[in-house]
Formats: sequence, structure tokens, C-alpha cells
Amino acid sequence: MSAPALQVESVTVELGGRRILDEISFKLPPGGLTGLIGSNGAGKTTLMRVILGQLTPTRGHVQIPGADRRRSVGYVPQKFLLDPDMPLRGRDLVALGLDGHRLGLPRPDRVRREHVAEMLAAVGAESFADTRVGRLSGGEQQRILIAHALVSRPPLLLLDEPLANLDLRSAREVVDLLATIAREQRLSVLLSAHEMNALLPAMDRVVYLADGRAACGPADEVVRSDVLTRLYGHPVEVLRVHGRVIVVAGDSDEAEPSHPHHHHAEAF
Amino acid sequence: MHTILRAIVEPGFFSSYAVQLAAAFGGVVAVIAAGIGVFTVIRGQAFAGEALGDMGSAGGSSAYLIGVAPIWGFLGISVAASAVMELIGVQRARGRDLATGVVLGAGFGLAALLLYLGMSHPGTTGEIPTILFGSIFTLSSSNLPIVLTLGAITVVTIATLYRPLLLVSVSPELAAARGIPVRVVGASYLFALSIAVALADLTIGAILSTALLVGPAAAALRLTSRPHTAILAASGIGLGCTWLGLLLAWDSYYWPPFRHGWPVSFFVVTLVLISYLLSGLRRRGGSGSGA
Repeated sequence: MSAPALQVESVTVELGGRRILDEISFKLPPGGLTGLIGSNGAGKTTLMRVILGQLTPTRGHVQIPGADRRRSVGYVPQKFLLDPDMPLRGRDLVALGLDGHRLGLPRPDRVRREHVAEMLAAVGAESFADTRVGRLSGGEQQRILIAHALVSRPPLLLLDEPLANLDLRSAREVVDLLATIAREQRLSVLLSAHEMNALLPAMDRVVYLADGRAACGPADEVVRSDVLTRLYGHPVEVLRVHGRVIVVAGDSDEAEPSHPHHHHAEAF
Repeated sequence: MHTILRAIVEPGFFSSYAVQLAAAFGGVVAVIAAGIGVFTVIRGQAFAGEALGDMGSAGGSSAYLIGVAPIWGFLGISVAASAVMELIGVQRARGRDLATGVVLGAGFGLAALLLYLGMSHPGTTGEIPTILFGSIFTLSSSNLPIVLTLGAITVVTIATLYRPLLLVSVSPELAAARGIPVRVVGASYLFALSIAVALADLTIGAILSTALLVGPAAAALRLTSRPHTAILAASGIGLGCTWLGLLLAWDSYYWPPFRHGWPVSFFVVTLVLISYLLSGLRRRGGSGSGA
């Protein structure tokens, strides 16, 4: 077995006296799609910032193979709003993924151009690669951003809520694309989502965050009433309806029947 | 052919030393200001550029009062103002207009004082309009080395930072994920901008310098979808407007009814506006698909 693409060891983050992440540990093997699932405020973005090296954990550490983290981790941010007048084509943005950190003017380079074209083809973005990025649809921008993040060939790709602003069809296309790339290029993909159903068919693994703690493993083993009850610290029930998963606060002595959906419940 | 040229270009234009010098100053400054203006526009910092330019009226008048060349006043105040903007948060989208507005208000207060002092100074009638609206025909050749040096500093800064600056301007988050020091890049750009603005203050005036900074860039962004072509196009438009402005100003000595030269800055700014409007026509006609 080769070295993991990402190893998170007992990471604890405290900000302003609040514990955002509490002893998070998990490992991602090379290749495969992992969903970082949790409701708003569960600590998904904080964990991403720790993995990116933008936030130093209070305790614990993160291990990523490769000396230079900026080359080992590709990143697609959540909010990406670009002015339609910005003179930047998808092709230019992908090229900046290759050498955007370098000083000096870019020199015309056939290898660089071919590299960019190859990546654009891999994400299916050739037909709109010469349009201004600001004029593309959400799904098209997502593809360009994935190509931007992957063109430097990092072994790990992080995406912060990539499906949040997409319609159902675009979301499914992006998930399929990520699963294909993860398989074909032995890339480990970690994407955060507060909604897991769009990911269920493609997801190899899940890291489930609740109240700063995590459970990690194949979806069948993690998204279960007993596991999530232990994670949340109070009764939680996982329902499977027509191939979809619904997580609700389970009935307990304290739960009020008139409020079956607890504040953290995910009902889709 | 010769007669047509004679009709457009009034006698003495090409042979005049003052015109040659003005063309050199105006050309260098136009290319630099318009080129750097592309980043000003895509970073949404046009207001900051305007504020830095307006501050020049305080810088120019203080230089006059203490008896140094105006360029030092323009440069000093512009760099100082950009440093203050940086400190109070011009890099954050939400702090941007506030930081700029606060600095601009203080700058105009200072300008009001200094211009007043300048006007009450004995024998100083011609200086104030020069500071506010430019003095390209009256610049002495002794300024040329300074202008060229400052121009070179801005060009080298922007060329060195080109790719990181572009990525930071597109998305600070993407840039930060690649380990680019977003704040350092932003501050360096602001420094280069403050020099470019000081140069524009000198040629077309403190009040009008934004037109040269933002106008050609705005027109260029409508014409091309590539960042480096936009910079070249903006520089070309800036240069064209400036040189044509010089020609029209020269011709205007012969225009009825006053037969008295019109200011160059008026022509430059008007031509910039016209080129911006024309670029809008081209986009609507040229590529209806919006691509």
C-alpha cells in the first residue's frame, strides 16, 4: 500500500475560546472521491483551511506527500464571482494554475500550451475555453476551476461546496467528472457538501463532521444510525427512502414529537 | 496628399521642439498609465486611482510653495496616500471605498489649504491651473530623466508581478491557495499605481489624470478577452488619444473665434471618452454572442 494522499492526525482547532475542530483524524488513500459532509458550522471550511496550510491547528498536524504544499494540493474555492468584463478566458485561468505563482512575464511555450489544452479536454471544457470566464455558467466555471486546480498535477484536490450553486443536472455532471478524473489519474478528491445525496452514487468514502468531530469510512459504514448517534452525542436516525438518505434527530425521551427535525437534521 | 496633411496639421507642428518634448512626455506617460489602468479597472480600484490623482493637487501646490519641481510633490503625495490607503484596508473589498473616501477627503482639505496659500503668494497666477489641469507644453526637458526612471520602475514592477497580480486580481482565494502573498502583491501594485498616477498628474493634470488611467483600459476591456492584449490595447489607445490631443491643441491656436490655444488635457480627455464610446459600438456590433 502506497503512502496516503492526505493524513489528518488529531487536529484540534480552537478559535476565540471555541473548539471548532475536536481531535479530527482520518487518512485518504491515493485515488478516490471522498465527501466531507456536515451541516453549516460543522467545521468543513476550517478543516479545508488547515489542509491548505492557511490555518495552523491548535494541536495535531496534517501530512501531505511532497515538499511544497501549494503544488501538492489543488483547490477550488466556494465563492467565485468574476466580472463578465474581466479580460480572462478559461484557457488563461488554467494556464495561471500552471505558473501563476511565478514572477516575470509568461513566455510563449508550446509545452505549456499543450498541457493546458490537455487539461481542458480532460474536464470537457474545450468548447468554452476561449470565452471570458465571467460569462460562463456556474457549471462551466466549475469545470474551468477544476482544470485550474489540476493542471499542476497535484495528488490531492480540495473543493469547497462545489455543488452549492449548481442545478441538479450540472451538479451530477461535476460529480461524475470528478469521479472519472479521480479514477483515471489516481487523484484523491475531497469535496465538502452539506447535501450528500448528489454524491452518494460516486463517493468512495465519507468524512462526516458534526459539532467539530468526525467519522470516516465508506458511506455504508458511516451513514448509519448508531455511528451518527455516537458522533452527535444524541439519538439520530438515518432513513433510506428511494435510494436517498435522510438524517433526522431520532425519537428519544427528550425529543418533542412536534419537532421531529432537530436543528442539525438534514432533510432533503 | 501634402495639402491634406497641411489642412489637418497646422504649420510648425512637427518642427516645434515644444511639441516633440510634449509628445515624448505624453507618450511615455500615456503608455504607462493606460497599461497599469487595466489592472486598476479589473481590481475595481478606479476610485482609488481617482483619489490618488486628485491628491496630486495638494502635492503639486505644496511642491510649488516649497520651491521644488512639481513632479516631486505629485510623487510624494501619491505614494504617501497609497500607503495610507493600504494601511486602512484598501485591499479588502468592503474597506476599499471607505479607505479611499477617507484619504480623498483629507487630500482635498489639504489641497484647499495649499492652493489658497499658493494663490495668495505674490506673482503666482499661472501655477494653479497648471497643477490642476496639466502643463504638458511647458514641461522642461530636465524632467525627462525623472519621468523615464519613474516609468521604468512601474513597468518593471508590473512585468515582474504580472502572473501573481493577475491571479490575485481574479481571485485572492485561488492565489492564496497557491501560496502567493496576496497582500504583498496588492501593496506592490498600489505602489506602482501611485507612481503612474503622479506621472499622469504631471502631464494632464491632477484632476484629469483618472481619465488617462481608467478610460483607455475600460475601452480595451471591451475589445479583447485576453489580459496581455488588453494592456497593449489600452496603452495604444492612451498613446493615440494623447498624441492626437497634442495635435488638436496645436491646431486650436488657429481656430476661430478666439485664435487662442485650447488646453491639451481637454482634447485628451475628450478623445478618451470618444474611444470608450466607440469600443462599446464595436462590441455590440462585433460579437453579439457575448463571447
